[in-house]
Amino acid sequence: MSDPTRTGVRALRDRIAAGEVSAADVVASHLKRIADVDSRIGAFVRVNEAEALETAASIDRDRTAGRALGPLAGVPIAIKDVLCTRGLATGCGSRILERFVPPFDATCVARLRAAGAVLLGKTNMDEFAMGSSTENSSCQVTRNPWDPERVPGGSSGGSAAAVAADEVPAALGTDTGGSIRQPAALCGVVGMKPTYGRVSRYGLVAFASSLDQVGPFGNSVEDVAEVLHVIAGHDARDATSARQPVPDYPAATRRGARGLRIGVPREYFPEEMDGEVSTAVRGALAAAGRLGATVEEISLPHTEYAIPTYYVLATAEASSNLARYDGVRYGSRAKDTPDLASMYVASRSHGFGAEVKRRIMLGTYVLSSGYYDAYYLKAQKVRTLIRRDFEAAFERVDAIVTPTSPTAAFRIGEKVDDPLAMYLSDIFTVTVNLAGLPGLSMPCGLTRDRLPIGLQIVGRPFDEETVLRLAAALEPEIGFRAKRPRLPEEATMAAAR
Amino acid sequence: MPITRAEVRHIAKLANLEFGEEDQERFTRQLGAILDHVAQLNRLDTQDVEPTSHAGGGAPVLRDDALSASLDRDAAMANAPESGRGLFKVPRVIG
Repeated sequence: MSDPTRTGVRALRDRIAAGEVSAADVVASHLKRIADVDSRIGAFVRVNEAEALETAASIDRDRTAGRALGPLAGVPIAIKDVLCTRGLATGCGSRILERFVPPFDATCVARLRAAGAVLLGKTNMDEFAMGSSTENSSCQVTRNPWDPERVPGGSSGGSAAAVAADEVPAALGTDTGGSIRQPAALCGVVGMKPTYGRVSRYGLVAFASSLDQVGPFGNSVEDVAEVLHVIAGHDARDATSARQPVPDYPAATRRGARGLRIGVPREYFPEEMDGEVSTAVRGALAAAGRLGATVEEISLPHTEYAIPTYYVLATAEASSNLARYDGVRYGSRAKDTPDLASMYVASRSHGFGAEVKRRIMLGTYVLSSGYYDAYYLKAQKVRTLIRRDFEAAFERVDAIVTPTSPTAAFRIGEKVDDPLAMYLSDIFTVTVNLAGLPGLSMPCGLTRDRLPIGLQIVGRPFDEETVLRLAAALEPEIGFRAKRPRLPEEATMAAAR
Repeated sequence: MPITRAEVRHIAKLANLEFGEEDQERFTRQLGAILDHVAQLNRLDTQDVEPTSHAGGGAPVLRDDALSASLDRDAAMANAPESGRGLFKVPRVIG
């Protein structure tokens, strides 16, 4: 068959099932690709080579013996290092967890394993998923496959870069304020944050529990639908996991866009935004019109309040969630401290990086006596206003289309010293988490500098189907799939020819 | 500035964190800038608005309160920096 590292999830699954290629060969091809390119990308913090080859061999034995294969049998998948993997270290990009080996699998990971997916390794991320560039990692720098001087976005930057560089056909990330969609946009891949409650959070190391959600990355909408279909659904181990039935997501991708009503919020096209971004998104909207969808302008009037609302609520929840890292039950412990209280302080001060400390401080402040009403309660009320904006819009339209991020990938180091500027790169994605809606980012063009531009589609709660349906219909019209990044060495070789 | 250096020291104590002089200075400046940005929420009248704590609609989904197997103790404690006889060991509590 053609190069397995250039083949999508569904085709790999079908060809393995038909015996056209072995799972062992598919996994070996991807391991080789990782060995060849990842030193220049830095997507993986851990490659699970031995276990991956073993799993692939057992899938091949099952097939030969005529046993039933799962819906992702033999498909290599990478996992963001914030999701617990049994027996495979899970470090969350943090010094405080550098030796943590989970004794259990996150539910989404367990479902992938049960479906026959092969866990190829763990991917780099901003520490505890706090960041928009993957620069806040204690492990390494991850580079954007389209331009090694630029960030892959974040916090799931490793997963997005691994898919963009064809190291894996699909990966899992997590999204609290845009951490799947923004890196998907910056790396030119498809990434989806499902509705809050759609995918179990059990085994996801918590950042902001009312906002966190797990979701897939792939090189096509169909691949994302295939993986989502496996990980979605109720889980008794997560009290916020919804008892909604899981529809056939792959089938939804084949329904076309005819008759869909698309809303375009004027607040998401500010005048100061990069012109190349709005031009690319407008181009995709014109394509939607040609496909038989209607496009109308709408308003989400409280959009400008989303970033301050998000940073109050997310940091408040983070300060509470991260109180558990105290050097007692897991994680690193400072040595030679005279008593318990100083052990806590020393372990945390040494173990956490600057951005995590900044957010713990902000969250502790907004929850502290005398400030709770002014900041935390106020932000919860504004969250209601933002949610109502979407409810009103979805009475008129079936899906909302916006840019995913106001710019293409920025340079490594450009925003590290300016936390507020970094936060503003999530301006179009945080609203979707605050309202708990499903959102997907897909590539919709390249800038003059050959950097991907992302388009975001947002749907009603638990209506991932419409989002996937519109995205899949737009995909061939946009025609991005054939465009691949040229990795640094390939580019040099091409220039030398 | 919306936050003072003394407040930063107080918050650090509440959060079980400690910072040197230089970091205290930087955090005071950065948190101040973020809180200035947050202050724009005060432009909105939210007197009669209910707070949203959670995006999931309705009550949490609870499982049946039935006995079932859980992680065994050794596995659950395997990541502890120091343990023994089924207990977590810590430095002395009262100095």
